[in-house]
Amino acid sequence: MKNENLYNYILGIADNSLILGQRMGELCGHGPTLETDIACTNISLDLFGQVRSYFQYAAKIAGDGRTEDDIAMLRKEREYKNVLLAEQPNTNFAYTIARHFLFDVYHFSFLNELQKSSDLTLSAIANKCIKEVSYHERFSSDWVKRLGDGTEESNQKMQEAINDLWTYTDELFHQTEADKVMVEDGVGVDVTKLKDNYYKSVGELLNKARLNTPESKWFQKGGKIGIHTEHLGYLLADLQYMQRTYPNMEW
Amino acid sequence: MSTKNWPLWEIFVRSKNGLEHRHCGSLHASDAEMALENARDVYTRRNEGVSIWVVESKHITASNPENNGELFEPAQDKVYRHPTFYDLPDEVKHM
Repeated sequence: MKNENLYNYILGIADNSLILGQRMGELCGHGPTLETDIACTNISLDLFGQVRSYFQYAAKIAGDGRTEDDIAMLRKEREYKNVLLAEQPNTNFAYTIARHFLFDVYHFSFLNELQKSSDLTLSAIANKCIKEVSYHERFSSDWVKRLGDGTEESNQKMQEAINDLWTYTDELFHQTEADKVMVEDGVGVDVTKLKDNYYKSVGELLNKARLNTPESKWFQKGGKIGIHTEHLGYLLADLQYMQRTYPNMEW
Repeated sequence: MSTKNWPLWEIFVRSKNGLEHRHCGSLHASDAEMALENARDVYTRRNEGVSIWVVESKHITASNPENNGELFEPAQDKVYRHPTFYDLPDEVKHM
C-alpha cells in the first residue's frame, strides 16, 4: 500500500471511536434511567458517525476494493489499533462514566489539534466531530462531578472506577511508528505534547468532584500496536457477528 | 441503592426563532441542569429545537376537569369573542 502510514494513522484514530461507540451502544436498553440510556446511545451514534467518515477515507487510501464496512467489521483482534481504555467493560455506571471521561478529555484536545492537520480530509473530519465531542466531555464531566460529589456510596464507586482505569491513561500519549511519520509530515498530532494539559485538566475536575487523583505511576500499554486486554475479543464477537455469520449481508 | 425516582420535569421546546415554546413531554431528572441535558438528548436529538425550557412538574397548577362546565362552557355561545369577523392579512403568519 502506497500510503500505509496514513492508513494506519487513520485506523488508530477511528478504532478508538468504533470500540468506545460499541461499548456505549451496549447500554441501549440497559442504561440506569431512560434518560441516561438515550444519552449514552446518542453518544454511541455520534461516535459511529465519526467512524464512518474515517473509514470511508481509509478505504479510499487502501484502494484495494475494501469498503468502510469491511474495514470496520472484518479485521482480526490484533489488527484493531484502539487504546486499551476504549475497550474496558461497562462494569457499572461509574466505570462507563470514568472511561468516557478519561477518553473525552483526550479526544477533545486531540481533535482540536487535528483540525490544524495539513491533510484537508482529516482536518475537515476533526472540525465536524469536535462539537459532538465537546458535548460528550460535558456529559461525562458532569456525571463525574455528580457521582463524585454525591453520596458516600457514589463517591466510593466513582473513585474505584477512576483508580482502576487510571492505568490505561498513559497509553493515550504513546506514539506508534505511523504516528511519528505523520507528525513529521504535518498530518498527525503530536500526542506527547497533549499529556501535561490532559493530566492537569483531569486533576482539576477530579478535585472539583471531591475525588483523589490516583498516584500510580505504572501504566498498561499495547492497544495501539494490537495487543489488547481480554475484553476486546468478546466485544468484537458481538460487533462482527452478523457479518461473520451472513457474509456481505446488507440492511 | 435508592429506588426513589428523580422528580418529574415538563419540557418545552421552541422549534424555530419567532415561534413560542411548545410542551413536548416530560422526563425525570435530579435537578434543572440535568433536566436540560436530558431534554437535549430525549427531545431535540433530531434537530427539533433552538431553545429549551424545563419546569418541575410540581410547580404547574392545573385546572380540575370536574370544573370544566363552569370554566369553559359559558364561552361556547359567545361566537363574537372569536376574531372570525375580520379579514387577516397574509403577512400575519402565526395567529
